[in-house]
Amino acid sequence: MTATVFVPRDSAAKSVGADAVAAAIEKQAAANKTTVRVVRNGTRGMLWLEPLVEVATKQGRIAYGPVTANDVASLFKADFLQGGDHKLRLGPTTEIPYFKKQQRLTFARVGLTDPLSTDDYTSNGGLAGLRKALAMQPAAIVEEVVQSGLRGRGGAGFPAGIKWRTVLQTPATQKYVVCNADEGDSGTFSDRMVMEGDPYLLLEGMAIAGIAVGATEGWVYLRSEYPDARAVFTEAMARARAAGWIGDSVLGSGKRFDVHLRIGAGSYICGEETAMLESLEGKRGMVRPKPPLPAIAGLWGKPSVINNVMTLAAAPWILQHGGAAYAAFGVGRSKGTLPFQLAGNIARGGLVEVPFGVTMKELLHDFGGGTASGRPIRAVQVGGPLGAYLPASKLDLPLDYEVFAQAGGMVGHGGLVVFDDTVDMAAMARYAMEFCAIESCGKCTPCRIGSTRGTEVIDRITANDRRAMNTELLRDLCDTMQHASLCAMGGLTPMPVLSALKYFPEDFARS
Amino acid sequence: MQSNAPNGAAASTSATAAQLAAVDDAIARLRDLPGALLPILHAIQDELGFVPPASVERIARGLNISQADVHGVITFYHDFRSAPPGRHVLKLCRAEACQAMGSQRIEAHLERKLGVGMHATTADGAVTLEPVYCLGNCALSPSLQCDGQLHGRMDEQRVDALLAELRSGGRR
Repeated sequence: MTATVFVPRDSAAKSVGADAVAAAIEKQAAANKTTVRVVRNGTRGMLWLEPLVEVATKQGRIAYGPVTANDVASLFKADFLQGGDHKLRLGPTTEIPYFKKQQRLTFARVGLTDPLSTDDYTSNGGLAGLRKALAMQPAAIVEEVVQSGLRGRGGAGFPAGIKWRTVLQTPATQKYVVCNADEGDSGTFSDRMVMEGDPYLLLEGMAIAGIAVGATEGWVYLRSEYPDARAVFTEAMARARAAGWIGDSVLGSGKRFDVHLRIGAGSYICGEETAMLESLEGKRGMVRPKPPLPAIAGLWGKPSVINNVMTLAAAPWILQHGGAAYAAFGVGRSKGTLPFQLAGNIARGGLVEVPFGVTMKELLHDFGGGTASGRPIRAVQVGGPLGAYLPASKLDLPLDYEVFAQAGGMVGHGGLVVFDDTVDMAAMARYAMEFCAIESCGKCTPCRIGSTRGTEVIDRITANDRRAMNTELLRDLCDTMQHASLCAMGGLTPMPVLSALKYFPEDFARS
Repeated sequence: MQSNAPNGAAASTSATAAQLAAVDDAIARLRDLPGALLPILHAIQDELGFVPPASVERIARGLNISQADVHGVITFYHDFRSAPPGRHVLKLCRAEACQAMGSQRIEAHLERKLGVGMHATTADGAVTLEPVYCLGNCALSPSLQCDGQLHGRMDEQRVDALLAELRSGGRR
């Protein structure tokens, strides 16, 4: 019998040698005259264990990791193809506590299947949501999403169903579904993991959105920093079209929905939805003033549903199981699950999909195992470069949109970046301003000029040049940026700056 | 990158006939796409490694937009280069998650080893060093991307091994 071995093709796994491991397994199998089928799956999200090799056995899939090419010979010697014992053996994959304690709705298939296999997709629940949607009235699909309580996963947290309803109710000859795959926030990689590990899920979610609002075209704006995601997704589009999942007649329904892929060019601001529209239209990524809302006048002036990858990828589950089932997860007005991403100085970094309401402590200690350096956690930045820096004393905060907003932070895209006690928070505050200066589109003055002035003022504070006065000036500058910027880039850059100043004032007064 | 160019040194100022042919080909293939400018610029840079300044006028004519529009887009996006890069392009992540794992140390090490700073190419034309703000590998920081390939958990040893491989011509 041919043994099946899984070696992830996810770029994170490849970044630590998965390709070499896969090649070594093929080579050793040939030398041993054993036939092995190597499947390049997505990652299970336990990234500190990558490359994580799995073997299909009668007892289920057995995991080994982290495996290097040098370990392969000894794995064969230990008969790992039968689940044999080895110092890298981790037991059944689904029994690893990090994985077992998760509630995977969106990521159910990621790591389990061959991302490009259409058979794997359909035999593991794929297309069930789209089939249901095709049998429903558009308004009923939208209401299902409204009922689910799904909120925009890109950061702003706007109710997705309300957005879809606006587009549905706006008459137009052409409408669009635009997927924001410009995952630029440091500490986030869930969009990438889906596009590399379960690309049909995104296509299915986009098709559901298209059928719901009457859009016949979908556009994906993917950042250029993700060449692997581009390759997998491009192939997935071609195969989905060949299978009749997208195209002129979605699953034979007679309804048209096709998808185009566009690649960004290294600009962070193009993750802002209106800058993204400009970029898709072939222009500089300059932010548009709102109104008009993109739901009324979006891509090429037409009504457009703009959602992040995670939002659209949640739709198939919601349609398959119902909005109420999704809303049963989570707390307060934060419904469902969020794929959290544990990043930075963390011992067990990776993706953890659990319902909202989990505390930072549970994520960073129970799942994450504390810092990678073994030193105490000093600060956590939640929600990307525009999110607040929170001190270790706040780790009991539950991840909930409203609770976080009240505490002066934001959940954002669900990324948590951990810093140990060697971090200089004044330097991080300065970096936030510097990043804003590098990435500002330049359309509004508070962001374009304020960010550069911000770095200068912070430099004066740390150099003890009229510290009290300059601290006051920094607060004043942040106030202007917060209230007078055109978009969230200038408006939220003060969040990391002011939170660093609030919780770590000693770092600004070292000299 | 193909170099049928009779004189490669002329590349940064005046484009060669082969380069202009590549530019014209990209325009002809892609001009009818909606929002064609970015796809055209990407196609040119994928083919040539940079967007020759001489292509601005041709693109403007091909798309019936002003040269200022084309120039504005090229200069807005970090990806587009107006001069040829080194044989290898190394993009080091400078974002928060990598900083939390000591990416500044890697940055200093790279600059010392290569003898150049960010946005510069080594004297022998081997490596161009560029900053990047997140590669989506934030659980395995620090990260860098070398000729489109992602490398995680970088430390001084792994950097040195990679540079040695590049210099020995092990890649490309």
